[in-house]
Amino acid sequence: MIPEIGLFLCVLALALAVVQVAFPTIGLWRRDAAWLAMARPAARAQFACLLAAFAVLVHAFLVNDFSLVYVAQNSNSALPWPYRVSATWGAHEGSLLLWALILAGWTLAVTLRDRELPGDIAGIVTAVMGLVSIAFLLFMLFTSNPFARELPAPPDGADLNPLLQDPGLIIHPPMLYMGYVGFAVPFAFAIAALVSGRLTPGWARWARPWALTAWLFLTLGIALGSWWAYYELGWGGWWFWDPVENASFMPWLLGTALIHSLAVTDKRGTFKSWTVLLAIGAFSLSLLGTFLVRSGVLTSVHAFATDPARGVFVLGILGVAVGGSLTLYAWRGPKVLAGGSYEPVSRETFLLANSLLLAVSTATILLGTIYPLVLDALGLGKISVGPPYFNLVFGLLMLPLALALGWGQFARWREDSLRRLWGQLRYAAGAALLLGVCAVFVLDGPTRITAAIGLALALWVALSTLVGVWQRCAGRASPLATLLAQPRGFVGQVLAHLGFAMTVAGVCLTGALSVDRHERMAPGDSVELGGYEFRFESLNEFTGPNFQADEALFLVTRNGRTVAELRPQKRFYKVRGMPMTEAGIDAGFTRDLYVSLGEPLEGRAWSVRLHYKAYIRWIWLGAVLMAAGGLIAATDRRYRIKATEPAAGVATQEA
Amino acid sequence: MTPRRKRMLTIGLLVVGMGLATALILNAFNQNLMYFYSPSDVVAGKAPAARDFRIGGLVVVGSVKRAPDQLDVEFTLTDMKQQVTVRYAGILPDLFREGQGIVANGKLGPDGVFAAREVLAKHDENYMPPEVAEALGHPGPDATLTRPAQ
Repeated sequence: MIPEIGLFLCVLALALAVVQVAFPTIGLWRRDAAWLAMARPAARAQFACLLAAFAVLVHAFLVNDFSLVYVAQNSNSALPWPYRVSATWGAHEGSLLLWALILAGWTLAVTLRDRELPGDIAGIVTAVMGLVSIAFLLFMLFTSNPFARELPAPPDGADLNPLLQDPGLIIHPPMLYMGYVGFAVPFAFAIAALVSGRLTPGWARWARPWALTAWLFLTLGIALGSWWAYYELGWGGWWFWDPVENASFMPWLLGTALIHSLAVTDKRGTFKSWTVLLAIGAFSLSLLGTFLVRSGVLTSVHAFATDPARGVFVLGILGVAVGGSLTLYAWRGPKVLAGGSYEPVSRETFLLANSLLLAVSTATILLGTIYPLVLDALGLGKISVGPPYFNLVFGLLMLPLALALGWGQFARWREDSLRRLWGQLRYAAGAALLLGVCAVFVLDGPTRITAAIGLALALWVALSTLVGVWQRCAGRASPLATLLAQPRGFVGQVLAHLGFAMTVAGVCLTGALSVDRHERMAPGDSVELGGYEFRFESLNEFTGPNFQADEALFLVTRNGRTVAELRPQKRFYKVRGMPMTEAGIDAGFTRDLYVSLGEPLEGRAWSVRLHYKAYIRWIWLGAVLMAAGGLIAATDRRYRIKATEPAAGVATQEA
Repeated sequence: MTPRRKRMLTIGLLVVGMGLATALILNAFNQNLMYFYSPSDVVAGKAPAARDFRIGGLVVVGSVKRAPDQLDVEFTLTDMKQQVTVRYAGILPDLFREGQGIVANGKLGPDGVFAAREVLAKHDENYMPPEVAEALGHPGPDATLTRPAQ
């Protein structure tokens, strides 16, 4: 009975979403504030319904209700309870429900803050969010109902994919969805601006905190995914240019361009058109990501099911959203163009370069991700695009981006001079160049030149950021007090840019300094790697809650001193009959020691993978810094002050 | 410089820059494309000798041979019509098993043996890489691939 209530709540949510779209539309047409205002309670009620429906599904997992097909396929009575909760979003149907719930959550957040907005804008924003919600609820109800029953119920479930039985995977999807779906808010703001014909600087100010928040969640979600792949797939890689990774990375890149372009529109009133386009693009790529991941056109851990109807449905949503918004843009865009002027050397120019480079990077990744799919769909052969393409092209594009970043955060709005910029930053530039030259000689291996360039750029970004902080604070009566009194927007920018530098440095150092070996080892053998001695001490049996494992004990010593005890496992999950590699990792700020078991060979010997991973944590710590920067910037006071709309009186109501 | 000239210069530089970038990108793209071939294609000589490609099929039961004291391994791939021998040095993925579908990236040697740089296996009991399913001539369910390191 309870699951039927869940289904009923989903249908009710759909009805409320229709109200959330229809009422403000009528209100806009009749210029009636009362109709417009109906969007707010409808959106809130929709959230309540979906939250309850989600709770019903979690409950079904917790009580092992295997009469639900979805529960039976993705859970098992022996599955530990935290994984039973996370199994709720561990596969297609449930993750769609989570998608819808998070969308409703974002809409709720908008309705809680929309008193600062003019009534018509608030109404349109809520209505657009409602449209997206309708599309996804229909998708869920027609093709992927998580509450579908099958009676009689099977005695036990088929278990959650062992790859997903991991703490990192409990929070990775919700974070990623918060980001994906969060870009629906700037998207809705963009549509509202186009429909109302009013694209004022105030518009950018409302949209900024939302875009920043979505971006920070996406940053964390991607970093979590990368970290999970590193320790869970058992072969020490942290990024594979897998289409599914690209699907999340593309909206992140455009989202990064968006938060910077919004800053220009907010502060200077320029780039309006471009900002709107980026907002549409970032959300469209989020939808594309959903399509790629959910339709089954991709082969990966994330492609839960192949149901052609599902793919077609998401593609339809994507087509309508992208086509519709771009048509609207073409039609209304010119009316909201215009803006302040700026000189070739100015912060605007650097930020424009940033936007263009990020957009081109997105396009190159899109090409490498979509082209094989298109060829395959047209029956023109099966191809794949190798990581070297992405590494080369993306690396080349990041080079000018990092260069421009250093200058750009220094340049003044509207007009600046190269002479002044050079005067400010010559020491930072010199130091970065020096580090680069030294690194070429210190590092070795085939990637040392690229690594040296990357390191120099990372130092350049970090130093130029710090020089900026120094300039604001040094020479003041109390530098520390000045530092603490800086606006949060500035603090966030500094943290995010330092985080970017840290990630770039981590990528370069990991690539240049890491070493790994594949060895055949039996208990008693030892291998030297990166100055550490890895000794295979013993091999034991291990019994987990729902798996059996062979567990090896490795003692890692350096100069005779024990550094770490690693216990890599080769697990066998009984229900699915699936083997799984669980790496043994000793994590550190400057290096990880990593051992994973390959396969048993004759005797008690195993094939073993040994890694010395230099500075790999920097990659994710940098991402955490970026996200923290986003959080601090999003809470800047200037967004909380009621945004007055200077042009509101002049603007004509053309909708 | 007049504003007009300045604008023309900016646009000109942008166009040249974009053109260069596009040329570089497409060149890199072209060099890193990997095509998929079935064992029949390879035996028929359709696969390129000079560049990397992907091959997929079923691992022939009883064909997996390990070198003693090393991680070198050799096995035979089939699409039920033809067979190709694959050689690989390293650790095979968790779900590599005889009789099941896999995909390998690498190069064809002059001796007709495929030297794999990477071996990908499906990651669920019921899965079969779609390329393999198609090469075998029947549609299979979706595949989940995980890969081992080099």
